[in-house]
Amino acid sequence: MAGTVEKVRFGFSVNKDRQIDYDANLKDIADIVLKAEPTINLCISCGTCASTCTAGQFTDFSLRKMILLVRRGETKGLENEISKCMLCGKCQLACPRGVSTRNLILQIHKALKTGAL
Amino acid sequence: MTFNIFVIPFFGGLLFLLAVLFVRFTAWLATLDKSGRKKLGHGLLNGQVFPATWEVFMESLLHRRMFRQNKLLGYMHMSFAFGWLLLIVLGNLESRIYSGGHINPPYYPIFLKFFVHDKRTLPFELYTLPGFFRFIMDFVLLFILSGLVLALIKRARSKWFGMKRTTQHSKFDKWAITSLWFIFPLRLLAESFTAGVYQGGGFLTNTLGTFFAAFLPVEYLYYPAWWAYSTALGVFFVTLPWSRYMHIPTEVLLIYLRHFGIKTGKKPDSFSEIEIYSCPRCGVCIDVCQMNDAHRTNSTPAYFLRSLRYGTPDNDQNANCMLCGRCHEVCPVQIDTLAIRVAARYDDNKLLAPSFKYLDRFEPADSAADVLYFAGCMGHLTPAVKKAMLKILAASGEKFSFMDEDGSVCCGRPLLLAGLHEAAAELIQKNTHLIINSGAKTFVTSCPICYKVFNEEYKLPGVEVLHHSQYLLRLVESGKIKVNSTGITAVYHDPCELGRGSKIYDEPRTLLGQLVTLNKAEQERENSLCCGGSVGDLSMNHSERTVIRDEALKVLLASQPDILVTACPLCKKTFDNGTEAVVMDIAEVVSERLQPVTKKELVTAELAG
Repeated sequence: MAGTVEKVRFGFSVNKDRQIDYDANLKDIADIVLKAEPTINLCISCGTCASTCTAGQFTDFSLRKMILLVRRGETKGLENEISKCMLCGKCQLACPRGVSTRNLILQIHKALKTGAL
Repeated sequence: MTFNIFVIPFFGGLLFLLAVLFVRFTAWLATLDKSGRKKLGHGLLNGQVFPATWEVFMESLLHRRMFRQNKLLGYMHMSFAFGWLLLIVLGNLESRIYSGGHINPPYYPIFLKFFVHDKRTLPFELYTLPGFFRFIMDFVLLFILSGLVLALIKRARSKWFGMKRTTQHSKFDKWAITSLWFIFPLRLLAESFTAGVYQGGGFLTNTLGTFFAAFLPVEYLYYPAWWAYSTALGVFFVTLPWSRYMHIPTEVLLIYLRHFGIKTGKKPDSFSEIEIYSCPRCGVCIDVCQMNDAHRTNSTPAYFLRSLRYGTPDNDQNANCMLCGRCHEVCPVQIDTLAIRVAARYDDNKLLAPSFKYLDRFEPADSAADVLYFAGCMGHLTPAVKKAMLKILAASGEKFSFMDEDGSVCCGRPLLLAGLHEAAAELIQKNTHLIINSGAKTFVTSCPICYKVFNEEYKLPGVEVLHHSQYLLRLVESGKIKVNSTGITAVYHDPCELGRGSKIYDEPRTLLGQLVTLNKAEQERENSLCCGGSVGDLSMNHSERTVIRDEALKVLLASQPDILVTACPLCKKTFDNGTEAVVMDIAEVVSERLQPVTKKELVTAELAG
């Protein structure tokens, strides 16, 4: 049976079910970061930071994504991701909301290193 | 009579001070790193001691740099430092001659007028210069007291001394400064009362003594006055090691070590501690620091160093500095505040480990070129600068290649400024590889932040690193490009990293001189203001940066120039957001005024080499 199903092409596939379980996710990191760099609250997820990013030229590094994941508490594997930032500061100049992105990245990095309980 | 119980506060305080200094200095020197110890040994044997001693005399005693800052301020500091030394040296000479060359206990010269009442009978005074010591000792005391009067006036009228703000004192500072201010008036009183009873003072003490004797029971007062004088000295000596006055002995050590070539490294070390202890908190740096505009006075160098010294580090103080270097320019002790700040950040961020393994895959296509152009991250944010440079390079006929056309690998300076040296080293290695592989002989960058790190941290044998303002001037002077002048007026803004950071002040001005009429800004060159956009600062938010930017713009646009020219894409971007005035990079101005070069001119230029 399984074999015949594969042969049918619907033109789309079904992703694995994905739910964000806010109760299960740890928000500690978000709390620490929010305190250390309150301008994270100004972010409107426009993605300008990610589009101008120097590291983004070579990888799929995205600060916009990073901020969303930290806020959701989905911090697994994030340390590896945030260590790609070169701290060049383009995102800070490009940001239309005036988020202090460089310090934000340092603070997320620091919280991931030390803050997780 | 060579001892009296009242000398104990002074003598005990002095012994205590010397013991503390011995322990501190030994600990510092013993914990110097290996290269530091080597330099110390080398410097001691290599004759570096002599210029260092000269600097100690000129700075620790005469306070030459303070004089440059403000004459009254310089005089005030000199009268205390040099005057006190003269008092000690001359007092020793006087007592030595009096006692026939014997070595006296240290308190003896200090309290000589208590022990020897009538100096008119000093034998050498009769045979050599009558009244010489009586005169000179009173004169030096008057010299110091004049400085004290100025110090009191400075409390109320600091503006006369060229200072808007004076430093807030710590607890120990208050004890130390109070005792210091009492020392010399009490000496005057003690000597005058004694002279009132026994005569034998100089023009000052004798006159005052006679005056006091007319209405005061000086015969009962002079002994308590000597007690008070001795106590004030004792309190000063005991509080000195914990107060700002620790800078007096430490600065001497600092000057010697600096002459031996020792510098604050990338991590906090014993030399950076010596620098921290050498800060007198005179407050000269506080006024020039633009953190005042953002109401962040706590981050100014004097307070930052104070926090480090008393072991109350504050992450925000470490992070909140644009590293513009204005404080270092004016610091009378020349403390390397920037290196100390970055070293403190190393401690804050040492857990972080950025990693750029992903760059290994990045290998651009080979390009044989003589000149390698690097726009840098900030250059890419200001496409007009990039475009202007490419236009000029094409017009010059140079064989060039655009190194980061498809995106730059960051130069590493922003990471360095955050104290992340290991991570920066990875980027430096990658870029070094890219530059050396290109085979270019000249490396030109548009960004002063990049320029500084390429120039100082990279090892690029056979490659000349230039900022585009230098390179463009060279193109014009060698005739490879031709520009013509216009009548418009411009003000040039010195970017921190290019001016104070790399000492490039003249090339951009010479180049602009051929293009526009340059107006002077009130604060320029070494005193140039930071635009507020600095990647050195890790703490300020956008609105605080905006205040700093606007204050800088006020100064720069005061003469209402047609254009504001800078040589840094970051400065340009920052200023451009804050003013209606035209803000241009120097490369854009050159590109606008570019004239075609005839074949004949080109050949002539080639022949001239």
